[in-house]
Amino acid sequence: MSYNFKEVMNRPERLAPGHRMCAGCGGTIAVRNVLRALHEGDKAVIGNATGCLEVSTFMYPYVAYQDSYIHNAFENAGATMSGVEGAYKALRRKGKLDETYKFITFGGDGGTYDIGLQSLSGAMERNHDMVYVCYDNGAYMNTGIQRSSATPMYADTTTTPVGSESNGKPQNRKDLAQVIAAHDIPYVAQTTFTRNFKDLHTKAEKAIYTPGAAFLNIMAPCPRGWRYNTPDIMEICRLGVETCYWPLFEVIEGKWVLNYTPKQKLPIEDWLVKQGRFKHLFKKENEYLIEEFQKEVDRRWEDLLKRCE
Amino acid sequence: MARRDRLSGNEAVAEALRQINPDVMPAFPITPSTEIPQYFSKFVANGQVDTEFIPVESEHSAMSAAIGAEAAGARTLSATSSCGMAYMWEELYIAASNRLPIALALVNRALSGPININCDHSDSMGARDAGWIQIYAENNQEAYDNMVQAFRIAEHKDVRLPIMVCQDGFITSHAVENITLLEDEEVKNFVGEYHPEHYMLNPQETMAIGPYSVTNYYMEAKRAQAEGLHNAKRVIKEVADEFAKISGRQYGWFEEYQMEDAEYAMVLIGSAAGTAKDAVDKLRAEGKKVGLIKIRMFRPFPAEEIAQALKNVKAVALMDRTESYNDHGGPIGAEVMAALFRAKISCEAVNYVYGLGGRDVRVEHIEEVFAELEKVAAEGTDSAYRYMGLRE
Repeated sequence: MSYNFKEVMNRPERLAPGHRMCAGCGGTIAVRNVLRALHEGDKAVIGNATGCLEVSTFMYPYVAYQDSYIHNAFENAGATMSGVEGAYKALRRKGKLDETYKFITFGGDGGTYDIGLQSLSGAMERNHDMVYVCYDNGAYMNTGIQRSSATPMYADTTTTPVGSESNGKPQNRKDLAQVIAAHDIPYVAQTTFTRNFKDLHTKAEKAIYTPGAAFLNIMAPCPRGWRYNTPDIMEICRLGVETCYWPLFEVIEGKWVLNYTPKQKLPIEDWLVKQGRFKHLFKKENEYLIEEFQKEVDRRWEDLLKRCE
Repeated sequence: MARRDRLSGNEAVAEALRQINPDVMPAFPITPSTEIPQYFSKFVANGQVDTEFIPVESEHSAMSAAIGAEAAGARTLSATSSCGMAYMWEELYIAASNRLPIALALVNRALSGPININCDHSDSMGARDAGWIQIYAENNQEAYDNMVQAFRIAEHKDVRLPIMVCQDGFITSHAVENITLLEDEEVKNFVGEYHPEHYMLNPQETMAIGPYSVTNYYMEAKRAQAEGLHNAKRVIKEVADEFAKISGRQYGWFEEYQMEDAEYAMVLIGSAAGTAKDAVDKLRAEGKKVGLIKIRMFRPFPAEEIAQALKNVKAVALMDRTESYNDHGGPIGAEVMAALFRAKISCEAVNYVYGLGGRDVRVEHIEEVFAELEKVAAEGTDSAYRYMGLRE
């Protein structure tokens, strides 16, 4: 089916306005656009790990979700939704429920890459018919920009501050999409906000409507944590893709598919320079750090190309 | 028509669960409760139940999935012990505050460390303030009977709280006893269908659960939860009375054994009551006026009634199968002494810690405690916090 930007964007919002997320928050853009992939008439249960998204969209007595919704704790969004999906199966089997429901849970990178990894791994391995969406902004933003295992190397965070003896986070980020792909689930994809959102929309729809477990990793910039000019979010995402820092790919039934190859791979500086968290890399004496960063991006890109051959 | 069978405590609980046929069971193995999900999986595999069994990767996920399932509208339970429950800790509070009537078959085992797989009550007693209803069993029959009653209590509209159905690890969970089971139809009719008022998979309305609650609302939510627990006391009695009609076995908040004219009493929980009853019988035969209170319902705590049951005793031994590390006693000690104080009853009270990590409880131990009580009543004591059965 061809993608109609206008039609998709005009679908009813399943995350209502009035929530308390920051203006320009990538997390919210991710949620709204994933939920647009739900077919009209299909019911859903939406889950959240604790984080900005949860505390801003369900502050008692107000809830922004049009669908049934559950927040449990920080580290267990995967397990919680597997219980919901289990209940669905049981109630259907017992003839107590006829309607079709879809199960989608959202966690930030802290709740997904780190504290929620075990719970996520279990839910994926058991192949519950659910989608886990990570809105990856590369740090614990809700508690005030602490590093996570999704934080890119050299980022200045409040627990990897730049100082006389520190260039920011010393380690590379974990490649979670690859970790989840190794669970051999039906569908894994990595995406972000590019062009007309076709990539994100198509992947969300596939994730939701592929039977079994699916995982979406969405780079969702955080203007406060990344320290960029808020309206530049689309440009930041575009550069993430064009520099091959954030490649767009899918793993369908174990087969790796590259969705986009830049005509001309841009140097990583183009992405880094827009963000205050990498400001220190642009000091004269720190050029070597950018070279290191570039090497890592290249290494991962080459590795991905091989997997997608 | 009742039927007799020889079952271990774990088998008895699993059998009750087969008869209940709950909707969802997420569980993770841990000694000594492992057999419950194991037996239950077999029922699933053989089509004897149509429950969705979720073999989760940890106890934290077991309770997390239970919360998701129950909120979705499914009658849900899990089983665990010891460290498994400790790993659920955070989720225990969330289950209770979300007013989800989940049942947890808890097979009591010592918490680490040192690691130990045998019985004491440190797991459930540690979770005594988590907002769960707690009922305890002395033997396999009670473990079965309590399980049959559990959902009726938890799901009652005035309660809506999770319930822990506790039995002693190995002592009852693995020991085989003759017990009387109800017929499947009797259990089915007694427990009934689950019809939650609000739930996530209700096609007629949506439901959101687990909000961020600011200071303006948090305290009222906690108070409402306390009301539910308060109501559980009445409901536990009502359900027990109804259960008596189909089973002939009457339960209450606690059992009084030879208490009518008792001068020396013992208050305890769980399987040690069986041994203590033997000791009471022996001492009674010797003309000693001794008696026993076995607590069935620890949460909510029947404070007034227990105090009244003790109003004529000279001295009471409060038996804790856990150490509270507060340097002056255990949870039963604290609860009962507070209850006595409020009722202005001033008998002597000695708090004993016993049976940790499966330490054997013998008739002689109990006799010694009663002998010590006599001495305390006559002479008073400056050591009201003691250990029973400690090797010195």
